[in-house]
Amino acid sequence: MKTESRLEKVLEKGAFAVTSECGPPRGADPDVIREKGKLLKGVVDAANITDCQTSVVRMSSLASCLILKEMGFDPILQMVTRDRNRIAIQSDILGAAALGINNMLCLSGDHQRFGDHPQAKNVYDIDSIQLIMAVKKMRDEGKFLNDQELTKPPRLFIGAAANPFADPFEIRALRLAKKVAAGAQFIQTQCIFNLDRFAEWMREVVDMGLHERVAILAGVTPLKSVGMGKYMKNLVPGMDVPDEVIERLKGVEKEKQSAEGIKICIESIQRLKEMEGVRGVHIMAIEWEEKVKEIAEGAGLLPRPKV
Amino acid sequence: MIVAEAKPIEDVIAMIDRYDKIILAGCKECVAVCAAGGEKEVQLLASALKTARKTAGREIEIREVTLERQCDPEYVEGIRGFAGDYQAILSIACGVGVQYMAEHYKTIPALPGLNTSFMGGSIEQGVWSERCQGCGQCILHLTGGICPITRCSKSLFNGPCGGSSDGKCEVDKEIECGWQLIIDRLKTLGEFEARFTELFPLKDWSTSRDGGQRKIVREDLKQ
Repeated sequence: MKTESRLEKVLEKGAFAVTSECGPPRGADPDVIREKGKLLKGVVDAANITDCQTSVVRMSSLASCLILKEMGFDPILQMVTRDRNRIAIQSDILGAAALGINNMLCLSGDHQRFGDHPQAKNVYDIDSIQLIMAVKKMRDEGKFLNDQELTKPPRLFIGAAANPFADPFEIRALRLAKKVAAGAQFIQTQCIFNLDRFAEWMREVVDMGLHERVAILAGVTPLKSVGMGKYMKNLVPGMDVPDEVIERLKGVEKEKQSAEGIKICIESIQRLKEMEGVRGVHIMAIEWEEKVKEIAEGAGLLPRPKV
Repeated sequence: MIVAEAKPIEDVIAMIDRYDKIILAGCKECVAVCAAGGEKEVQLLASALKTARKTAGREIEIREVTLERQCDPEYVEGIRGFAGDYQAILSIACGVGVQYMAEHYKTIPALPGLNTSFMGGSIEQGVWSERCQGCGQCILHLTGGICPITRCSKSLFNGPCGGSSDGKCEVDKEIECGWQLIIDRLKTLGEFEARFTELFPLKDWSTSRDGGQRKIVREDLKQ
């Protein structure tokens, strides 16, 4: 089923897609989202809204998506299975579709151990792959998970995440295949700093023919400083930041490190654009949304196609 | 077995503060094996509590008993003869034992001396580890004999997530990635291709605690 998703249309057209993300505020101020939105306007085909990322309480993804939608964006609703059981999940899927959300990214979510409420009880009634199955079933079969009919199917373009850098490496492409089999139509990957390893994963993906069944958007993140690089390398689970990236940042004066980080990011996108099977980029400029435009411009991704 | 550990002694002292005459009841089953609530632990705890109360200038009388099982009415009834002479029963059995005491001795407070932790086994002397969450519908034949509900921190059925690193879980470097274990084991058994590529369907949790308090009735054994 085709949806109203702008991202789907851009990909359908064969254009190299650009997405980015907005982290919602730790408060009820809608202007935080609007300000971030302004920075991304005209720069991306769709913008993700994270769902209490790193298990820290923030404004809900659905509410934030709606604020972006009012600004003319085609938001991507991120949903984690950590905080909701299948009743709440299906309810939120219907609500999102009713409010005109066209895209959903299905995730299991960071464990609450990392967040601001480590005392919380997690749910994990279903996992991220089963969430993909749930959205697909509701959309394509018009049925709830209990096989009962629903009245109006939610038309959502279904996405999932992939981390090519987690262990065990040899099952990473196979796990992607499971997500595709479950119904994922687009994939946004973990931040790529180790391009050689990503290329290795991508080759496997292409060999399996998965790139023809799912649109892979390569995740990139500009590093602001040596400190951020080290933090990502050592403290963020499932992140692979090679020493040469850190060394390159160290090689320039402190005040020029962020510019170097942007440069590295642009060069990465240029290399990713040439890789077989990569259909777009997902630019995750963490609390640095003002740089997404510069990166997209530098990588020759602007203007965005009209669809 | 059910694995439990002693509550901090200060907590137990605070719990029994209003009583001067208590029964301290151990159990000879699981909690004895995991060295938390057997005969020896009853003696040690009784003497620690008496010392603490003596220091506080208010002595306490403690009747020490260790039952064959605290999860069996027959044995729990074993203290019927003298239970009424005491103000409280401090049980260092698992949570089942404490509740059986409460159910059988309705007018006497039953107090937990342990924190009941999990169903598991011993790894080495002094180390126990969780293995089962009692979901009521075992799938171990599909996952190489390793339980994803228990061993994966997110209980993923289609793992591993993106946080698996060098065989360890993102939650804690001390925790092994359950899915790495499952994958390794499936490979050893020659079942990897067949099992791992299959999509694992949604779990029916109604046989788990989510279906309400569980009960097993065996008509063939009922009298």
